[in-house]
Amino acid sequence: MGRTLAEKVWDQHVVRQGEGDEPDLLYIDLHLIHEVTSPQAFDGLRLHGRGLRRPDLTIATEDHNVPTLDILKPIADEVSATQVATLRRNVEEFGVRLFPMGDANQGIVHMIGPELGLTQPGTTVVCGDSHTSTHGAFGALAFGIGTSEVEHVMATQTLPLKPFRTMAIEIDGELRPGVTSKDVILKVISQIGTGGGAGYVLEYRGEAVRAMSMEARMTMCNMSIEAGGRAGMVAPDETTFAYLKGRPHAPQGAEWDAAVEAWRELRTDDDAEFDAVVHIDADALTPFVTWGTNPGQGLPLGESVPDPATMDDDEAAATRKALAYMDLEPGTKLRDVAVDVVFLGSCTNARIEDFRAAADVLRGHRIADSVQMLVVPGSMAVKAQAEEEGLDQVFRDAGAEWRNAGCSMCLGMNPDQLAPGQRCASTSNRNFEGRQGKGGRTHLVSPLVAAATAVRGTLSSPEDLSPTVLTTA
Amino acid sequence: MEKFTTHTGIGTPLRVSNVDTDQIIPAVYLKRVTRTGFDDGLFASWRNDPSFVLNQEPYDRGSVLVAGSDFGTGSSREHAVWALMDYGFRVVISSRFGEIFKGNSSKAGLLAATVEQSDVELLWKKIESRPGLELTVDLTARTVTAEDLVVPFTVDDYTRWRLLEGLDDIGLTLRHEADIDAYEKARPSHKPTTV
Repeated sequence: MGRTLAEKVWDQHVVRQGEGDEPDLLYIDLHLIHEVTSPQAFDGLRLHGRGLRRPDLTIATEDHNVPTLDILKPIADEVSATQVATLRRNVEEFGVRLFPMGDANQGIVHMIGPELGLTQPGTTVVCGDSHTSTHGAFGALAFGIGTSEVEHVMATQTLPLKPFRTMAIEIDGELRPGVTSKDVILKVISQIGTGGGAGYVLEYRGEAVRAMSMEARMTMCNMSIEAGGRAGMVAPDETTFAYLKGRPHAPQGAEWDAAVEAWRELRTDDDAEFDAVVHIDADALTPFVTWGTNPGQGLPLGESVPDPATMDDDEAAATRKALAYMDLEPGTKLRDVAVDVVFLGSCTNARIEDFRAAADVLRGHRIADSVQMLVVPGSMAVKAQAEEEGLDQVFRDAGAEWRNAGCSMCLGMNPDQLAPGQRCASTSNRNFEGRQGKGGRTHLVSPLVAAATAVRGTLSSPEDLSPTVLTTA
Repeated sequence: MEKFTTHTGIGTPLRVSNVDTDQIIPAVYLKRVTRTGFDDGLFASWRNDPSFVLNQEPYDRGSVLVAGSDFGTGSSREHAVWALMDYGFRVVISSRFGEIFKGNSSKAGLLAATVEQSDVELLWKKIESRPGLELTVDLTARTVTAEDLVVPFTVDDYTRWRLLEGLDDIGLTLRHEADIDAYEKARPSHKPTTV
């Protein structure tokens, strides 16, 4: 019987097959490190007198704690500063390359792997961060790990793992203009639930996926974890190869040809069987937004806040709790929900294509007086590219704030946080209680919806603006 | 890692589903560079609420947390496991766990016991009918006992063995160093390096 993409990549990385109940030992091609989940792992190495086996397969960046204003000054928050200083000491001691604040290649850990050409088809990629699933857009098997596993990879360049099950997400048809891969993934999560993908690697397939850019595929794979999935993957194709060619760490010359030949084999065989299959009709999709406190609590923008009275007991209780936190009344049209803040950023939607799409919507408009809009590039490379294209000026002219790269208000470990009670339309990945700041309320949206919402002050799509501006992303 | 065979302690009912790791410990509490001291961040945004279960005697002294479904979803932060353990929990019971949380628990020595939702409901009722009731979690037999109620739990065989023996994962892997050396020699030359 044929094998799925995930199974092929798995098989290529088995160092040792487990016996009986034992897991397989899997080789890790690329280990990404940041300041939050690594200090205790480095301490563990020192405690046991162990070295870091492959510094040449390891790379570090500063992202979670970094301020997005005044990045050349010392970090004001002492505890954040200590965490960053600890990373710098650790990478020095163990010989790991670091992109610190101020470096032209600094950025969110899931931005820099693809930008540098380090994330490649058929590789295994791990990081102490759940959004490592982003890298699966290249046909890599990429997943988030905890700090104990970070230490394990540092010491051995392997991880003991039980095989994952496989789930096909078939996205048939064609996305309409104004509908993005963010809307697709929010729809997927609302359909299968935040635990629906538990134990699975999700493979995104179908006509709509083949038509997506690498940026759009990354957005979708990024949020696989929000459906409970261990990883998300897209089979590599010409779009993937074109993105990678010429990047600093992509293979060159004859090596490139050998690599592409190997990468072409990385697709699910026609006779392979998935453990589960989900179908999404791309043609029927419209912009999607969340109303609740987990990413599965979402609806098309054209609908209204759901009514717990129409639900069974368990779901009604969860909905009531979410609506109380979100301060929303059942039956309110989602388009009537007013926001205080718009956040365009995060490893989900802070790539150049996202910024181009948002800028297209904002051009010629001013954001509403009641709204503060933060535009935070995912990486300094995106920032430079956007400035070269004049996008920064479009955002500034519209009244938005143009910042430096980092995780920023996605999780508010730096000073970019919502105040209690503030409501935000955010292109990030999690609408959990307090995620963007204690007491803050989050609606997850696409970059197009974020931009239109900033202009109107209530949840909106570009269709709601006149003159109408539509872009596919 | 400390060996885990059986544990007996007060059951704490947490009647909430979808408790993500941001709820278990918000990001602002992740800034420590040590492996301990995270208990102050445990359920931080709920701890101000007097009706929250950890603010109630005798549940505040619990060591077996009986939670709703999909516990530990979201972020990969192992700090969530450390915060639970620093507070005093040795076992978390739920009908389904976030995958990364479950893996992290097994590495740090917290038992994540998967119990059928109908049995979770029975445990909640039992605990709430007699607050302070001690539950016994037997990893050898894979059972949770609350007075006359005995419910089974699942945990994968390998994790169970490692917890019972208190084995260090890295030490186990290093027994196979020769296999890792051999694998590395055969890796394709086009694979990327970071230097």
